[in-house]
Amino acid sequence: MLSLEKVTKIYRTGALGMRKLTAVFEVSFEIGDKEIVALIGESGSGKSTIGKMILRLIPPTSGTIRFEGIDIFLLKGQAVKDYYRKVQGVFQDPFASYNPIFKADRIFTMIREEFFPGISRSQWEHKVEEALRAVGLNPPDVLGKYPHQLSGGQLQRFLIARALLLDIRLLVADEIISMLDASTRVDVLNLLADLRDRGLSILFITHDLSLGHYISDRSIVLYKGRIVEMGPTERVYARPLHPYTEMLMASIPRLDQKWPGQHTRIERTTSYGSSGCVYYSRCPIAQEICARRAPELVEVEAGHHVACLMRS
Amino acid sequence: MGLRVENLRVYYRTLSGYVRALEGATFAVSDGEIMGLAGESGCGKTTLGHSLIYLKPPMTYMEGRVLLDGQEVPIWDMKRMSEFRFRRISLIPQYAMNALNPTRKIGRMIADLLAAHGVDFREILPELKRRLDLVQLSHEVLNMYPIELSGGMRQRVVMVISTLLNPALLIADEITSALDVSTQRAVCEMIVEFRNRGFVRSTIFITHDMSILYQIADTIMVMYAGQLVEKAPTEVILRSPHHPYTRMLIASLPRVGVRHRQERLQGIPGAPPRLLDPLPGCRFRDRCPVAFARCAEVPPFVEIEPGHFVACWQEI
Ligand SMILES: Nc1ncnc2c1ncn2[C@@H]1O[C@H](COP(=O)(O)OP(=O)(O)OP(=O)(O)O)[C@@H](O)[C@H]1O
Ligand SMILES: Nc1ncnc2c1ncn2[C@@H]1O[C@H](COP(=O)(O)OP(=O)(O)OP(=O)(O)O)[C@@H](O)[C@H]1O
Ligand code: SF4
Ligand code: SF4
Ligand SMILES: [Mg+2]
Ligand SMILES: [Mg+2]
Repeated sequence: MLSLEKVTKIYRTGALGMRKLTAVFEVSFEIGDKEIVALIGESGSGKSTIGKMILRLIPPTSGTIRFEGIDIFLLKGQAVKDYYRKVQGVFQDPFASYNPIFKADRIFTMIREEFFPGISRSQWEHKVEEALRAVGLNPPDVLGKYPHQLSGGQLQRFLIARALLLDIRLLVADEIISMLDASTRVDVLNLLADLRDRGLSILFITHDLSLGHYISDRSIVLYKGRIVEMGPTERVYARPLHPYTEMLMASIPRLDQKWPGQHTRIERTTSYGSSGCVYYSRCPIAQEICARRAPELVEVEAGHHVACLMRS
Repeated sequence: MGLRVENLRVYYRTLSGYVRALEGATFAVSDGEIMGLAGESGCGKTTLGHSLIYLKPPMTYMEGRVLLDGQEVPIWDMKRMSEFRFRRISLIPQYAMNALNPTRKIGRMIADLLAAHGVDFREILPELKRRLDLVQLSHEVLNMYPIELSGGMRQRVVMVISTLLNPALLIADEITSALDVSTQRAVCEMIVEFRNRGFVRSTIFITHDMSILYQIADTIMVMYAGQLVEKAPTEVILRSPHHPYTRMLIASLPRVGVRHRQERLQGIPGAPPRLLDPLPGCRFRDRCPVAFARCAEVPPFVEIEPGHFVACWQEI
């Protein structure tokens, strides 16, 4: 359904845009129908940048993003609108998506004006109520309220309901759980899974590995803008191949097991050479060649890819 | 002897009335204990932490006392508290690593801080360097500006500074929440190491992340909507919690290995009350599946087994 081919994003920063920052480098992956794909990686690894490019909020520096076979950056006019009928995003901080001086349900009215100008009032109300019920909210409890009268979880679900009004095929969910409390985050997660079962695909961006594991079908691990490992979630968690993924998996704080004995390696101040492996400066199994040659992403078992010279 | 808090009540004064953020808290943290303080956003964790060291308006002291090693801590008196702050009770505030003064070099900042507390920087420099070594930071960081360091490095700097004078009590507020898992782990290991080496005697480690507490905390105290609900040794809280809220909270946590397709976790229906005008009695009442008439009164925080405290009428 959605495919990225060698997508790179370089930001220009500093005075006059003289400094270049490669946020995403030659990233390729696909999202299929009815699939939850988790995009995981530490802060600054490029997760949100990928999400924003899929939502056409920023253009890639190079590479192509296709939706149903068509390059999304070549879409014009009505075709752009149609794209947003099918692809929507929900972001981390639910409060930031609302204007505190308007009632929260104004976000629905805006969708009506934009996409459903012809619909009758009663039909529209029916549609909104349906979407709210689909996200586990009771319409009379939440309609007509101001943002401060609703909880973070309720506001987050409002945003998902707004996306559902459009019959979307793909939802980009960028850290939507991290603002929520333990007791409400499970509800939102379960909701995403139900939506998947009803036909929706989801790009689930998170730095929380337990949440990614709970919900996703496939996982993509990013490190400094590169995909270092990608595969079925069960395989990636049970048998990580890349030393970075391995280290992540060993560091997840678990409720059923203490961290294994040895101390964590912490990042050294050295940086990596531009030609070698991005993980070189932190890698416990690095060899001399890794400083000179950048590993390619290689499929080592069905659907399971790794970018490491020693593991492929 | 550690810390003892008795019936501590701290509110926020606002235009619409008092926000009842900490209600009659009574608990103790012993010498060498790392106590995790957990609970959902807005339940009063930061309020409790700050009230032990820095009661800044609109935070308002209502009643209660705090004892450190048997000595009264005058938390209602900003002036007299200055002799406790940093020296004997040290706080790493939420978001501290992002709040370092960007225009000051790290070393300069430490010197200023020490001077404000009457300590000579040069005298303490050798110890400072030893501690930087311990957390694997090069002495170079003293000549660097905060933005030159990664989040994890800044957090380690903050930890070294806050514990430099060997405080009796360290309060660490969400110091791991913005970090990735490997850095989280390194920071947690430091907390334990600092305790083991005696840099810090008792620690209150605030986080909403129970799985982190399982790694490092000796005991866990859970709050809900401004009230203490349960405190027990870590294993007990996680394996056999007694308070209905703690039980539901633990059951809602995704464990690694649990996948949605195999096991569907359950959240807690409803939302926490507003703290301006909460229901009287147990504040979990309108979400509690086993609430009964008695719950309209505030349940006392009672010790049901040695070291295990619960505030629930079902347990009495
Ligand atoms: N508009 C921008 N201009 C310049 N640099 C940017 C911009 N947006 C992001 N970056 C940089 O690009 C890199 C990737 O950022 P991105 O937000 O995609 O990371 P992320 O994985 O989403 O991180 P987080 O977990 O913190 O949200 C970071 O180094 C970031 O500082
Ligand atoms: N300055 C203030 N004025 C009024 N109310 C406040 C103020 N600061 C905090 N509160 C309220 O006091 C309650 C407790 O807040 P506190 O910051 O202690 O929560 P917390 O448990 O630390 O939450 P978090 O996990 O989000 O950090 C909340 O309901 C909050 O809205
Ligand atoms: S290529 Fe070399 S440096 Fe990179 S992850 Fe593999 S072993 Fe480590
Ligand atoms: S005191 Fe009552 S309402 Fe509160 S947790 Fe116990 S049973 Fe539930
Ligand atoms: Mg992001
Ligand atoms: Mg807090």
